[in-house]
Amino acid sequence: MSATPPLLRIDGLGIDLPLDGEPRPIVHRADVVIPEGAAVALVGESGSGKSLTARAVLGLLPAGARLHGDVAFAGESVAGMAPERLRRFRAGEVAMVFQDPRAHINPARSVGDFLIEGLTLTRGVRAADAVRKVTGILREVGIADAERRMRQRPHELSGGLLQRVMIAAALAAEPRLLLADEPTTALDVTTQEEVMAIIAEAREARGLALLFITHDLELAAAVCDRIVVMYAGSTVEELPAGHLRERAAHPYTRALLSSRPSVFEAGADLRSIPGRPLSGFEVPDGCAFSDRCPRVRDRCRSERPAPSAAGDSTAACHFPYTAPAEEAGCHA
Amino acid sequence: MLEVRNLRKEFGDFVAVDDVTFSLPQRGSLAIVGESGSGKTTTARMIAGLETASGGHILVEGEERGPGHKRQRQRQRLRSGERRARGRQIQMVFQDPYSSLDRRQRVGAAVAEAVALHQRLPADRLRARVAELLDMVGLDDRQAAALPKALSGGQRQRAAIARALAAEPQILILDEAVAALDVSIQAQILRLLADIRARTGTALLFITHDLGAVRHISDDMLVMQAGKIVEHGPVATVLADPQHPYTRRLIASVPKPGWIPRRRMDPAAAARLP
Ligand SMILES: Nc1ncnc2c1ncn2[C@@H]1O[C@H](COP(=O)(O)OP(=O)(O)OP(=O)(O)O)[C@@H](O)[C@H]1O
Ligand SMILES: Nc1ncnc2c1ncn2[C@@H]1O[C@H](COP(=O)(O)OP(=O)(O)O)[C@@H](O)[C@H]1O
Ligand code: SF4
Ligand SMILES: [Mg+2]
Ligand SMILES: [Mg+2]
Repeated sequence: MSATPPLLRIDGLGIDLPLDGEPRPIVHRADVVIPEGAAVALVGESGSGKSLTARAVLGLLPAGARLHGDVAFAGESVAGMAPERLRRFRAGEVAMVFQDPRAHINPARSVGDFLIEGLTLTRGVRAADAVRKVTGILREVGIADAERRMRQRPHELSGGLLQRVMIAAALAAEPRLLLADEPTTALDVTTQEEVMAIIAEAREARGLALLFITHDLELAAAVCDRIVVMYAGSTVEELPAGHLRERAAHPYTRALLSSRPSVFEAGADLRSIPGRPLSGFEVPDGCAFSDRCPRVRDRCRSERPAPSAAGDSTAACHFPYTAPAEEAGCHA
Repeated sequence: MLEVRNLRKEFGDFVAVDDVTFSLPQRGSLAIVGESGSGKTTTARMIAGLETASGGHILVEGEERGPGHKRQRQRQRLRSGERRARGRQIQMVFQDPYSSLDRRQRVGAAVAEAVALHQRLPADRLRARVAELLDMVGLDDRQAAALPKALSGGQRQRAAIARALAAEPQILILDEAVAALDVSIQAQILRLLADIRARTGTALLFITHDLGAVRHISDDMLVMQAGKIVEHGPVATVLADPQHPYTRRLIASVPKPGWIPRRRMDPAAAARLP
């Protein structure tokens, strides 16, 4: 029974943050499992708690945050790591790429200094070796003229190029897990494709596992093995990426899918969800989606649904869909 | 109704918009797509009269318009009657709704001000008109009484649209107006725009990176690259049978089932990037 633990297990994660001096639940319950080398997407609208969940993996939460549940990396609880262990964990085993690279790089230093210091200061690599290594990785992410780019400052680089630099910095640490928090949201679609291809190649070459945070279900399904959907501070569905379009069980997942106008299907009806997405601290009793859900019944408003098996999904819903989307989704 | 001919904009030595020609019929809906920096916003700003053209013509209902026209450019301030007439022709909504809303002004008051600017109405009819506009964009009394910062992003964008519609424009220009919004809210705004076009006949000029939104909301589209139009046609035709390599590239980079992201940029091209 003692199988090897997954690379990452987020188990019943809850995060309370002080709002106006009062601790308020922002993340209620997040469950995510990433096997070694796998790619898992965490999908949801803004404020659903995706970024906080990712930051909890690194043990990097805002001051005053209170944590429930557990985050374990290869079986080791992150909350239980001693400071020195935590430092090594953040410097070498897990790396993060953000939506806005400019906010995470010192504008006054050159790109080369940024990349090289990451290795010499936190990992004790000799300067000459660091230069060689960084140059190689820049080539790998499609930056051929590495020497010139390393002399430039961040503001001289376009958003797409700077994001490649951030990916290079992440890869240089040789992590086993990459946390990518909306790395392409600020980029146009053609640049997005470049960046996603670079991440996919790096994963293949290194057996790197990925937690990919996005609000784009279609993109998530194309680049990940499994999808976790988050709403108002809870993960509400977990399913294989290939099942997303037709076999999603949770009403929110289906509603989100039919809110996206398709590029490829003419005349497909655009169905919008009424109301707006809630933050964790705003949710009513019972199901967080009940105010917007087309399937809501009395029970939904009084009893919060717990995650349970629904077909090939795990869904936190009292009345999950069981029929494929074309039949049930559009005219239910 | 709107005709743009050989429009050009230079910033110093740099040509941001180069020989752009297109027309937008009454009740029409035209999308402009293109890579970042290709000149979409600059084109829209010239049409809206927020930027001076370096050359070319902008005609609304056959009449030359905009500070691009020499004689008007010399006049520093437009008379208020003229400004009203212009507002009635063209309004613009931006990605950041704050740029058309005053942070200290309640949403209802902002819409009332816009109505009053464009037509003189007795108080009761003004109130009724404001209520009608707010209702059209789906904002309730509580939201009308709120300051912009107390609203969600989607509600703020609705308020900006209501304010733009107050002028009863013939043309509504939307520059990335849904880009920053959540997926479920984007869908609401796209439906709202389709509804407004059907109900009021307002023509839409819709600038975006989102081809799905284009398919949903526009009849025709033009594709810009480096200041020039590289492709122009009905949306269904362009998406089904793109002619220009950039258009093909754009369509190929949209994720869909079975899509595998590829690096299409050769290192030499990457070296030329800023
Ligand atoms: N006031 C200005 N001075 C100098 N250059 C400018 C000015 N405004 C725009 N430009 C340049 O003109 C070009 C076109 O800009 P524009 O904002 O129209 O692009 P866009 O197509 O709207 O791009 P995006 O998709 O990023 O919004 C860009 O290279 C931009 O840097
Ligand atoms: N440092 C913080 N202090 C207080 N509230 C925060 C902080 N960071 C995030 N939040 C709130 O927590 C919720 C979830 O945030 P986040 O994880 O960033 O969402 P997402 O990444 O899904 O958009 C939001 O309501 C946000 O406003
Ligand atoms: S529990 Fe009820 S309200 Fe919640 S998603 Fe399921 S059906 Fe909808
Ligand atoms: Mg986030
Ligand atoms: Mg623009």
